[in-house]
Formats: sequence, C-alpha cells, structure tokens
Amino acid sequence: MALTIASREIDGVTVLDLSGRITLGEGSVQLRDAIRDLISKGQKNILLNLGEVNYIDSSGLGELVSAYTTSKNLGATLKLLRLTKKVHDLLQLTKLYTVFDIFDDEASAIASFK
Amino acid sequence: MESVGEVEATAERLATEAGLDEDQTFHIAMAVREATVNAVLHGNDYDPARQIDVIFENTGEDFIFTITDEGRGFDPDHLPDPSAPENLLRGTGRGIFLIRSLMDEVHFRQLHPGTELTLIKHLAPAAGKT
Repeated sequence: MALTIASREIDGVTVLDLSGRITLGEGSVQLRDAIRDLISKGQKNILLNLGEVNYIDSSGLGELVSAYTTSKNLGATLKLLRLTKKVHDLLQLTKLYTVFDIFDDEASAIASFK
Repeated sequence: MESVGEVEATAERLATEAGLDEDQTFHIAMAVREATVNAVLHGNDYDPARQIDVIFENTGEDFIFTITDEGRGFDPDHLPDPSAPENLLRGTGRGIFLIRSLMDEVHFRQLHPGTELTLIKHLAPAAGKT
C-alpha cells in the first residue's frame, strides 16, 4: 500500500498522520515533499504519527533522518508518535531510536513542544 | 523498480509457505528487498540492459536466497557502520547493515563483473519439515 499523508493542527503543532509504506519509490518522496512544504510555510512544530505505517525500508529510514535534520537545520522540531512494532524494532536495530523524540501518547507529544 | 516488489512479494510468500513465523518472514522479505534494491540501483546502476538473477532454495535446514547483479562490484568489508555515532544522521548507507542484521548468514562473492549476494536464514527444525 502506498503512503497516504493527512495533516491536522493541534495547539500549534502540525500532526502528519502517515499510513502505508515508506520505501524507495513508495512514500519517501511524498514524505520529503510534505516536510519541506510545512517548513516553507513556517511550521515549526511537526509530529509524525507513524501508527499506521506498517513497513519502512532503509530508504524510508533515511528519509526520516533527512526529515529530522532538515527540520533542525531550518529551525523546526520534528518528533515521532506511535511506532508500530516493525518500525520500532528497525529504529532500535539502527540505533535511530536515540536520535528521535518518540511518544506513544499524542497528548504528551503535543505538550512536549511547549 | 517493479522487479523489486515482485522479488520481495515472492520472498514473503515462500517464507510463509515454509512455515516461518511473522517476524522471520518480515526479516527475510526485507533483507531480500534491500539486496534486490542494491543490485538494481548500485550494482546495475539502474541500467535496464543489465539483469539481476534471484535464486531461492529451501534445504530443509536453511532458507537461501542468492541475488546476482552485473555491476562493478564493491568491497563489503569497508562500508561505514551506519549505527556509529558519527554516521547516525546520514540519509543513506543502511541497506547492507540491515541485511546483515536480519539474516543469519550473508556472503558476498565478486564475479568480475557483478556481485553475488547469498542470504541465509537457518530454519528451526519444525519449520523445515514438510
């Protein structure tokens, strides 16, 4: 299943609800464009909800890292919400778990931006 | 890249049919996908005139995928460790690391030209029986 991205605003935080796969050719470019679009519009607080992302490959992991560094370099903050077991395991395996701020609870994630 | 999806789906189906559990099936399908992406993009430089070959074998003890490209080859022993602190924020370079992490054995053979990559998952005794 290709990646779908829905956007919503809560207390100054843009939540991107991602659903599907983030892989080479299936979502990586969409995610990159969505992040760049948000930052170009001046959004500073971005929360990626990965609760419906059932698959991510090395390209998708690289895209998450790029989203993180791009956000940071441009003065924005990007955090992750609700990892599926597969994505969680891959972030641990690659030690990317140490890079991101990761939350299971949306309210806590939103509050962390204040 | 359609061939990558086909190979990945085939690996997943074969692993499921062999009785491997969900995690093992995921690991095999992902490793095979990463190896095939590497063969198409980095091995064959996305050249449609070059082929990749994928061979599957279930010996009863091992689940084996062999993926061969027609590219220039590379030295797998001198790749940067993507999990090292200085490399964590790199956007690329995690494919071979994931393959090695997800499979029980990974062997590279340089063919001049081309690279043959063999991925092995050891089967639990019950999973290998038919």
